[in-house]
Amino acid sequence: MNSNNPLRRFNALRRFALGFAAASLAVGGLAGAAYAQRDPAYEQARSSGKVGEKMDGYLGIVGSAAPDLQRLVNDINIKRRAVYAEKAQAANATLEEYALTAGCLAIARTSPGEKYQAPDGSWQTRTSSPPLRDSRCPA
Amino acid sequence: MRQAELTSKRPGATPLFMQNRHSGTLGKRWLAPVMVASTAALGGCISVNAPEGPIVIELNINIRQEVIYRLAEDAGNTIEENADIF
Repeated sequence: MNSNNPLRRFNALRRFALGFAAASLAVGGLAGAAYAQRDPAYEQARSSGKVGEKMDGYLGIVGSAAPDLQRLVNDINIKRRAVYAEKAQAANATLEEYALTAGCLAIARTSPGEKYQAPDGSWQTRTSSPPLRDSRCPA
Repeated sequence: MRQAELTSKRPGATPLFMQNRHSGTLGKRWLAPVMVASTAALGGCISVNAPEGPIVIELNINIRQEVIYRLAEDAGNTIEENADIF
């Protein structure tokens, strides 16, 4: 009956505008949550098998340690250690426990062709079959 | 009166080693080796240390695996949130 009431129409318009703003904020948030990807040099070192995932949750150099490669690996491992330390404290676990758990998962997530460390300490190339992992690793 | 039917027909409810007490030295002769043997067995239990090692190691593995399973979901999220360094 008063759909033509200017105030009503204004309120409806305002609700719509607010809803639209909220929706676009949510979309923006999702886009922001799309996490940063690997550095191209790191990605290349992984896929070419120069670096591999170790059991202890850190990155290792498979072949000879060129200075550039060593720096890249050190840089990533320092960042990983900082993340492990923070998350381990929040989860009431030790740094080693958290890092080992992350190592289990990081090895499980390697792509075929990438290197990982088997329980006997040897470097293995990931195939399409499941990797050789510590018996304590979660399925 | 129907009293003491049980005890009148059977020996008293005494431990085995007490039952032959009345028949001379048989009971004591039987008792001595048992005491010696049980003492020796106790001594053996205390002095044997070998089982300790394996038991401790197994316990340690179980604890760690439990911890890993507890942390697995959290660690998985951490890896996804830090995709640039994993």
